[in-house]
Amino acid sequence: MKIHEYQAKELFRKYNVPVPDGNVAFSVDEAKKTASNLGGFPVVVKAQIHAGGRGKGGGVKLASSMEEVETLASEILGMTLVTHQTGPEGRLVKKLLVEAGQKIEKELYLSLLVDRATASIVIMASRDGGMDIEEVAAKTPERIIKVHVDPLMGIQGYQLRQVGFGLELPGAAMKQFSQLLSNLYRFFIANDCSLVEINPLILTSDDNVLALDAKVDFDSNALYRHKDLMGLRDPDEEDPLEIEASKFNLNYINLDGNVGNIVNGAGLAMATMDIIKNAGATPANFMDVGGGASSEQVENAFRIILDDDKVKALLVNIFGGILRCDIFAQGVVDAARKTGINIPVVVRMEGTNVDEGKKILDDAGLNLTSAVDLSDAAGKIAAAVN
Amino acid sequence: MSIFINKDTKVLVQGITGNEGSFHARGCIAYGTKIVAGVTPGKGGQKMDDVPVFNTVRQAVEETGATASLIFVPPPFGADAIMEAADAGVDLIVTITEGIPILDMVKVKNFLATKDCRLIGPNCPGIITPDECKIGIMPGNIHKKGNVGVISRSGTLTYEVVDQLTKLGMGQSTCIGIGGDPVNGTNFIDVLDAFQNDDETQSIVMVGEIGGSAEEEAAIYIKENLTKPVVGFIAGLTAPPGRRMGHAGAIISGSSGTGAAKIRAFKDNGIHVCENLGQIGRICKEAFFK
Repeated sequence: MKIHEYQAKELFRKYNVPVPDGNVAFSVDEAKKTASNLGGFPVVVKAQIHAGGRGKGGGVKLASSMEEVETLASEILGMTLVTHQTGPEGRLVKKLLVEAGQKIEKELYLSLLVDRATASIVIMASRDGGMDIEEVAAKTPERIIKVHVDPLMGIQGYQLRQVGFGLELPGAAMKQFSQLLSNLYRFFIANDCSLVEINPLILTSDDNVLALDAKVDFDSNALYRHKDLMGLRDPDEEDPLEIEASKFNLNYINLDGNVGNIVNGAGLAMATMDIIKNAGATPANFMDVGGGASSEQVENAFRIILDDDKVKALLVNIFGGILRCDIFAQGVVDAARKTGINIPVVVRMEGTNVDEGKKILDDAGLNLTSAVDLSDAAGKIAAAVN
Repeated sequence: MSIFINKDTKVLVQGITGNEGSFHARGCIAYGTKIVAGVTPGKGGQKMDDVPVFNTVRQAVEETGATASLIFVPPPFGADAIMEAADAGVDLIVTITEGIPILDMVKVKNFLATKDCRLIGPNCPGIITPDECKIGIMPGNIHKKGNVGVISRSGTLTYEVVDQLTKLGMGQSTCIGIGGDPVNGTNFIDVLDAFQNDDETQSIVMVGEIGGSAEEEAAIYIKENLTKPVVGFIAGLTAPPGRRMGHAGAIISGSSGTGAAKIRAFKDNGIHVCENLGQIGRICKEAFFK
């Protein structure tokens, strides 16, 4: 689960990870009030959306007077911000972070994440802050410092020094940096983060280090033990259909194409999207109803996809294992009765109780096309939309 | 022979009295697996059908000689259940549970490094040696005894592959789902190595998906160490970056973990690539019997 920069910085403060003074603003008046509380200029006005590249998209501006704060806040609030991460449709800006400008001596990069291969927490740091870290890693890998922390031992003093000296920090900033990193590690573990990224981390002209930006992602599987963090979820940043699907524990992702699909199991669902593409059409979604879906879940999966106007045909691919084909078929029939099916639907079912499932569909007299195997299904669905 | 399990493997089930635990324990028994014990804390002394239930894994191991465990406990207790099994001396721990927090698995993995045992999963369908032993939730009837080793990060996608193999007459030596989580126990290379050293396995199908770099590492390992033919498939070539595709581990982060990079690694290292799931059975037949 992603959160906004201002929320991440509020959490950082609680863990004594230094950040600039500032506050969130939902209106121009609130932005002005925060700016006046900061007691000086320049002030930075930053759009708050869950996507990177906000600066390049025109969502981060520097104001040197109260008039400018007012102008910039009214410009940015309500704008549709397009960045390389939002897609061409962009994201509507509904809140700002207003914070004190800093005297930047150096921009650095610092992140913590779980390393899959070594099952450890890896700290990544670089002197090349403010840049795309993947680009730095690709072009100048020697400029990236990587330190693996044993989760059973926790972070050690020598590891803090390894990162601090690696960043070539001045002696006066070293102690503060060690505290910052140690606190950041504590924050990461205590809140089940999957990623914490500060880009840039800045060194100021008076040898302070602080987080100028903050990106935090929490492990969704661990949210059950962090009820306090659940309140940080922002539904405005999520697709309404995806929110609806999550109410029924359906794994659903809305995509651009016009062929809807319903599949059981994440791997098979991805492979089904690929098959649609291979056949010359484009998938409208990813929908995994799960290994043990109920008829009710299946019915809701159908409803959500059929409600989506861009969907021109639907491919259903079920390999019955735990999810029996008869249970699935009953969900399809219920959905068809309630919602009505007015687009071509191709059904491919295999596995546990497949004959019973086919009989339920046949007896219901629905207008469905059945497919004998995956290749047949792909061909039929492509023909339906092309 | 087969890998990791055979007809004599004695299995205990952690979480046997729950809905899923009892349903799938019965499925394994019906397939012929020797389910000798169940474990549910507080329900020791009861029975699930004819299977005795114990309070702790240690008791179950001492009284029944079980050497493998099948875990169905809810995600908040998953890490604890795995560590309990490892500490009780269980050799093979198969964890079906989906949704264990990643930091729990990070700890478990480091704990297991100090124990002599193998973890399969979590978030996986389990392992099956056809006609001998099934420790998992896969439909047994689609499998057939034979010489193809199957290894996969997925569940139903594996069933699809197995079904095509069986229908074209290619039976399986052992099929293993290693799970869709970012941090898991057994990885591709562990299984590839076991298949290479197993006389019964003559060829291998490897089913990967987007996210991480396990397929790339496996591809290099295959080129350097394997003499048996391998067919590879990757799911998620059309997946958008930055989105979790159902499995916690199936996510493209920046430029890493893309399907295209994995396919390239397969091709560069002599693996027969299947780019259309509907054709995987046919492609295996061509690759394995040319």
